Amino acid sequence: MSPDTGIAAVHPAAAPRQAELFAAPRQTGRVRTFIRRHPTIALGLGLTCVMVFIAIFAPLLWTTDPQALAPARRVRPPSANFWFGTDMLGRDVYSRVMYGARISLIVGVSVAILSSLAGLLIGMFSGFIRILDAIIMRIMDGMMSIPPILLAIALMALTRASVQNVIIAITIAEIPRVSRLVRGVVLSLREQPYVEAAIAAGTSTPKIIFRHILPNTLAPLTVQATFICASAMITEAILSFIGAGTPPIIPSWGNIMAEGRALWQVAPYIVFFPALFLSVTVLAVNLLGDGLRDALDPRLAKRL
Amino acid sequence: MWAYIVRRIIATIPVMAVVALFVFSLLYIAPGDPAAVIAGDQATPQDVERIRASLGLDRPYLIRFGEWLWNVLRGDLGVSIFTNLPVSLMIAQRIEPTLALMVVTLVLSISIAIPMGVIAAWKNGTWIDRAVMGFAVFGFSVPVFVTGYLLAYVFALELDWLPVQGYTPIRNGFFPFIENLILPAVALGSVYIALIARITRATMMEVLQQDYVRTAKAKGVGSRGVLFVHGLKNAAVPIVTVIGIGIALLIGGAVVTESVFAIPGLGRLVVDAILRRDYPVIQGVVLLFSFVYVLLNLLIDLLYTVLDPRIRY
Repeated sequence: MSPDTGIAAVHPAAAPRQAELFAAPRQTGRVRTFIRRHPTIALGLGLTCVMVFIAIFAPLLWTTDPQALAPARRVRPPSANFWFGTDMLGRDVYSRVMYGARISLIVGVSVAILSSLAGLLIGMFSGFIRILDAIIMRIMDGMMSIPPILLAIALMALTRASVQNVIIAITIAEIPRVSRLVRGVVLSLREQPYVEAAIAAGTSTPKIIFRHILPNTLAPLTVQATFICASAMITEAILSFIGAGTPPIIPSWGNIMAEGRALWQVAPYIVFFPALFLSVTVLAVNLLGDGLRDALDPRLAKRL
Repeated sequence: MWAYIVRRIIATIPVMAVVALFVFSLLYIAPGDPAAVIAGDQATPQDVERIRASLGLDRPYLIRFGEWLWNVLRGDLGVSIFTNLPVSLMIAQRIEPTLALMVVTLVLSISIAIPMGVIAAWKNGTWIDRAVMGFAVFGFSVPVFVTGYLLAYVFALELDWLPVQGYTPIRNGFFPFIENLILPAVALGSVYIALIARITRATMMEVLQQDYVRTAKAKGVGSRGVLFVHGLKNAAVPIVTVIGIGIALLIGGAVVTESVFAIPGLGRLVVDAILRRDYPVIQGVVLLFSFVYVLLNLLIDLLYTVLDPRIRY
């Protein structure tokens, strides 16, 4: 499909503008159309990309060793040398914040993927095998009655502090919600005429799952995964902040804030910069999720 | 209706059983051997074994669970590893500030969020609507401790209007009590306000499109009457549901808010317990919060029949 006919077919009003854009490279035109049509996705995606860029290229972004101690220059306010100032051990807050992006994004994305996969599996079983449904859903109800942050705290108390354990703890806390979502979608899809027709025609259950059910769960699941990514980043920061998350040696945004806590009345910038980056990242991912939800399910978009 | 209420109450039993089993397993699989701790460094393996037998730690999982559950039902949550005090006593000492914080946050959030949502739905599409929705996205994205520090910095350190941190019990006067709780409540409530405002707006927009709203307008009911009598009353069920579900957010957020504002409540208790690996305390607080959460949502379910008499199930 050529970009010209594609855009004109979807959006006739855009057709006259194509002439203006004729000289411009086609790619630019497409991007502009996308931004105009989905501003939330574009903004969310743009900001997320910036954070991913920071996380990947942290060593190249004029950072120094985020662990390097320098007691001689403790608690310096932001300056030309130390853009975000230094903390009570003389470490460069700017470098620590840049490296901190890695932990947040790794935790957010891992939790989103793992809990989606686990929730998909559990939700499918629950939606298809009626005997299991009652048992699984009672267990999920029980897990959902423990507030997610407390559940993650309780799990973290059992294990050693590590990024891996943080991911597992938050994933377990998120699984019940995904399972419920998938189960709901499966149950409603099973009533659809085309699925009933496939069952009547003798299609095997695995084939029905892969051909008819799975593709239809992907849209709501993607949206949910985005929101889980955002909330997992907040939960990681909260766990680190209260001392039950990522080991203090690793500069995660929650850890930087936890360390700046004692000094926040005299050196608020130690808390402020990681807080700003965390909020912007979570905002970006939430915007992406909002935009995706509106784009993938216009009916729901009108309701919420 | 009574059949529904009884059925609904019975339905919470398996949920609570799962919670109890989960929380019990937490202590069961927790690293560290209580018998070895009690026996001390000088103890021989035989001593440790004897203490383990006397504590009943060598018995099967399910029997221990049964015994533990029986104790919990009688209000005995075990003894703290660290302070040697009964966990129920430690919780009782710390429950008041948390309860106060939650109640103030709940009242504040509901009284801000519902009018916000109603106005946004009423002025749908205008800048007011966009501002409310924009606030909602921010409320979801800015973590509670970030809001907390920001508020404390601006209103306590810079402007000096309110205390930076601390807690004053209500018996020392209502004004010092509320003065200390305003900032924590706003910080803790921001997510909650966003959540309630959003669902209020969505539900109200749906309700305002109904025929009876048009009829009410046509017969000359004022806009306030339409919004609050015909609108909000019919939008009540989803809003109340979200208020109930959102209490989980409030409980999780309270743990952090108490740390930011140095409020000596259950959140601080659990944070201290994590650092000391004091499992019985963690267990007790998690169990209590989950129980409260289930109970509140049960009450809300029962409230449905009052809010919407059509609900009979």
